[in-house]
Amino acid sequence: MDTIKGYVTGVNGNMVSVHFDGSVLKNEVGYIKLGDTRLKGEVIRINGETASMQIYEMTNGIKVGDPVEFTGELMSVELGPGLLTQVFDGLQNPLPDLAQQCGFFLQRGVYLDPIPNKNWDFTPCVKKGDKVRPGDAVGSVPEGLFDHKIMVPFSLSDEYWSVEKIVEKGSYNVRDTVAVIKDSKGNTKELSMVFTWPVKKAINCYAERLRPDEALVTKIRCIDTFLPVAKGGTFCVPGPFGAGKTVLQHMEAKNAEVDIVIVAACGERAGEVVEVLKEFPELTDPRTGRSLMERTIIICNTSSMPVAAREASVYTAVTLAEYYRQMGLDVLLLADSTSRWAQAMREMSGRLEEIPGEEAFPAYLESVIAAFYERAGKVRLRNGKVASVTIGGTVSPAGGNFEEPVTQATLKVVGAFHGLSRERSDARKYPAIHPLESWSKYASIADQKKVDTARSILFRSSEVNQMMKVVGEEGTSSEDYITYQKGEFLDAVYLQQNSFDPIDASVSPERQIKIFDVLYDILMTEFEIEEKKDIRAFFNQLRQEYLDWNNTEWGSKEFEAQEKKLIDFYKSKARG
Amino acid sequence: MQKVYTKIESIVGNVVTVRAEGVSNGDLALVGNSYANVIKLDKDIVSLLVFAGAQGVSTTDQVRFLGKPMQVSYSDNLLGRIFTGSGVPRDNGPALNENMIPIGGPSVNPSMRIVPKNLIRTGIPMIDVFNTLVESQKLPIFSVSGEPYNELLARIAMQAEVDIIILGGMGLKYDDYLFFRDTLEKSGSLSRTIMFVHTAADPIVECTLVPDMSLAVAERFALDGKKVLVLLTDMTNFADAQKETAITMEQVPSNRGYPGDLYSCLASRYEKAVDFEGAGSVTILAVTTMPGDDVTHPVPDNTGYITEGQYYLKNGRIEPFGSLSRLKQNVNKDTRDDHRALMDAMIKLYSAFKESLEKKSMGFLMSEWDEKLLKYGDLFEKEMMDLSVNISLEKALDLGWQILADCFEPNETGLKTDLIKKRWPKELSVAEEK
Ligand SMILES: Nc1ncnc2c1ncn2[C@@H]1O[C@H](COP(=O)(O)OP(=O)(O)OP(=O)(O)O)[C@@H](O)[C@H]1O
Ligand SMILES: [Mg+2]
Repeated sequence: MDTIKGYVTGVNGNMVSVHFDGSVLKNEVGYIKLGDTRLKGEVIRINGETASMQIYEMTNGIKVGDPVEFTGELMSVELGPGLLTQVFDGLQNPLPDLAQQCGFFLQRGVYLDPIPNKNWDFTPCVKKGDKVRPGDAVGSVPEGLFDHKIMVPFSLSDEYWSVEKIVEKGSYNVRDTVAVIKDSKGNTKELSMVFTWPVKKAINCYAERLRPDEALVTKIRCIDTFLPVAKGGTFCVPGPFGAGKTVLQHMEAKNAEVDIVIVAACGERAGEVVEVLKEFPELTDPRTGRSLMERTIIICNTSSMPVAAREASVYTAVTLAEYYRQMGLDVLLLADSTSRWAQAMREMSGRLEEIPGEEAFPAYLESVIAAFYERAGKVRLRNGKVASVTIGGTVSPAGGNFEEPVTQATLKVVGAFHGLSRERSDARKYPAIHPLESWSKYASIADQKKVDTARSILFRSSEVNQMMKVVGEEGTSSEDYITYQKGEFLDAVYLQQNSFDPIDASVSPERQIKIFDVLYDILMTEFEIEEKKDIRAFFNQLRQEYLDWNNTEWGSKEFEAQEKKLIDFYKSKARG
Repeated sequence: MQKVYTKIESIVGNVVTVRAEGVSNGDLALVGNSYANVIKLDKDIVSLLVFAGAQGVSTTDQVRFLGKPMQVSYSDNLLGRIFTGSGVPRDNGPALNENMIPIGGPSVNPSMRIVPKNLIRTGIPMIDVFNTLVESQKLPIFSVSGEPYNELLARIAMQAEVDIIILGGMGLKYDDYLFFRDTLEKSGSLSRTIMFVHTAADPIVECTLVPDMSLAVAERFALDGKKVLVLLTDMTNFADAQKETAITMEQVPSNRGYPGDLYSCLASRYEKAVDFEGAGSVTILAVTTMPGDDVTHPVPDNTGYITEGQYYLKNGRIEPFGSLSRLKQNVNKDTRDDHRALMDAMIKLYSAFKESLEKKSMGFLMSEWDEKLLKYGDLFEKEMMDLSVNISLEKALDLGWQILADCFEPNETGLKTDLIKKRWPKELSVAEEK
């Protein structure tokens, strides 16, 4: 097939109009040739013989008449072993390799192979004559901690192909042919360890989708116990700037009990990516004893990088997540911030002069957001294994006001809402998840009934607090005052958690269940104290004891000693 | 060889269009005597943003395309000099044309960045203790108009140990421009300062060039090993200038008239803050005035989402609420073992104080606890928050403990027992010490 060619007829920001002869596809990739440099772009609208392309690079220097080449392919990523531990930009350019080639600064028009050119120890799992379908494994290679499945490309026609040839166990280059398969019509296909997949299409080579009914442990008390997340589920973290969205996501990336974490830094600060980059290799994953980086992929299209590539980056990230799910793994995708992605759409839509919706976002914003979160899911693969992609996205609402299009569209589709509040972050109550306004449709790791009761005390406490603002402390009964103090206590010792304290930063589910039971018992206890002053003093002391307990190592002597001290202390004031 | 075009097709706002061929997006042109930038191409119609404003441009003015993008001279000769937003001297010194470098260049590869780790001491407890400033940080000062933000900026600049100061003034009042110049001169810092100043009287388009000019120069000095502090004031004027152009270009506004790309537009400037491994650094402090004291206004709002915290200047003080240095945790673990805990505890108590104050203003009886908080809040504001306080970080921490001990019992502070054992003062109160 001849490549379709064209030339530039206009430039407006990162939108370039191109006159072409022949036919082009919507969302097809093309390159603008600027001397020796080729600038990548994607066709986002076709009108007669003019294609509007969003360019993934800065557009300065482009002239009317500059030649354009279309590729006939949709914006795709390369899938294969060697993706883990890497840092890519939104178009899957490996940034460290780019740095080696270009130095401190990004250089436009340089596109490198995302899959490292190296050898892997391949072990076949099929033999000649076996039948395979797209998404089935023909073998595997050891990638760090995982058995990386080498699969039949997802894009092949969905039928049974027969294995014509399969190499023996041994070391092969990632791009060597390791198998040949044949379809019913006799077409053969050579398979290497690498293939491509268009990022905007969901990978669905599985048997069925399942309900997300298993908790995804984050080791953050307030989430696991009160506002849980499920494997294969979705959750969002809206919050005003500085409320702690990114810190929370980093905590989740570190502590989540999943196989693989994909961190998508979408239009946010480069410095935050660097923190992950420098920190994760130093941290050990308690589940495996290996460096955290070994289970991590970073996709980073930070705020000063080209906007169009930002739009692509979340799709690149979710495609990699789906790819690893196909191997039977649990993958967590954390996207920070989905608002920047929405803004990238808005910029594009504006340049296309589409009719703007609310706050100038395009009318299709909602459906695009819904479709993105739909790519999460727990599935049963055809080999019977259960695997999942969980998606958590932050939202950065303008003015911190949740009544805006992106937050609202997101809330419609996610399974858990962790809303951060300015009041809580100002008061340094971290994580600043608002315990009353937030919700989750998933099941807690603790006893759900007890959790609901504890939450109702929190509500009640906040009511008393509101009332006290009207009638004053003196107009409040001791009983109500104790309820108020109980809520404050629950907040201070359980909901709040110090992300920068080595022990408090991550709390295992066993520990959560244990300390939640004690907390619950305290909340249920009737205390025999009358004077407000004494009540306050009692809860101050109680809080101190519990916080000291939180600071002891799980299972240590100190933990047991402090537990006893705490229990003795509150029992001493219990009624009856 | 430069082709001259003599027929200007349209003049709208500060944008003129001309029919021309072979023109590159982003290139520089001369419209009459004024520089202009190619901002849009549509077949043979070229849109140009005229720096000096389109006022007085006539349809018969000559347009010449210079075949290169906007540039700025970079050398040590810049030091001590003052320029306009488009790089023309405003200090009677010679024009500089040597070693021209492009402005608005590509961003740093994230994988080449390092974690910032050097604290910048300012002697202001609200900064050093509660929201430590870190080398290579990008931090705005959110301020209501009328607050002494330029004084604060100048004071930090004088006190910070940096090699080069670059001042980018946008819509600066002439008096403020003189204030900066005189302050820097008096402290002997002028010779390590470079200024790009757009005053309120200058053409609005030049305002949009100031950050790019300042940061392009800063970046080069940093690559050459210098610690550079860039002061930008006032970024709200910059955003307003951008808004004006966007409206001229008929872009759909997203929020209160500002273009949808305001975020990207601010981010590409702020992200120039960087610490180059093995070389120097760029730190950015930028004033962002908040129209109507409204932090949800699009300019401070978008800024807050981009920068690494903010200082919130109100009633002549840096407010503990709203103010935030996001890089503080990179450095405050190595200052003193009580730094973080004390900082958190004091802020929590100050927040409780605010609640008591509210109750008091509503006429409620003050409990014993409220009284303690009131005393604390008062001491805290006087001894710590006042901008005239100028003490070292360590002194400020000691002072913090003293204030706590003056007001509370140890277990009322929420501090860990072992820290209390180690640090709780046994002797004099703040008042007695004086
Ligand atoms: N759990 C926490 N413990 C202690 N400090 C925290 C915590 N979460 C956030 N912070 C503080 O708040 C700052 C801002 O947090 P973060 O960067 O996560 O905000 P954000 O919501 O992502 O803001 P933005 O929308 O601007 O990106 C941090 O740098 C840190 O100082
Ligand atoms: Mg963030």
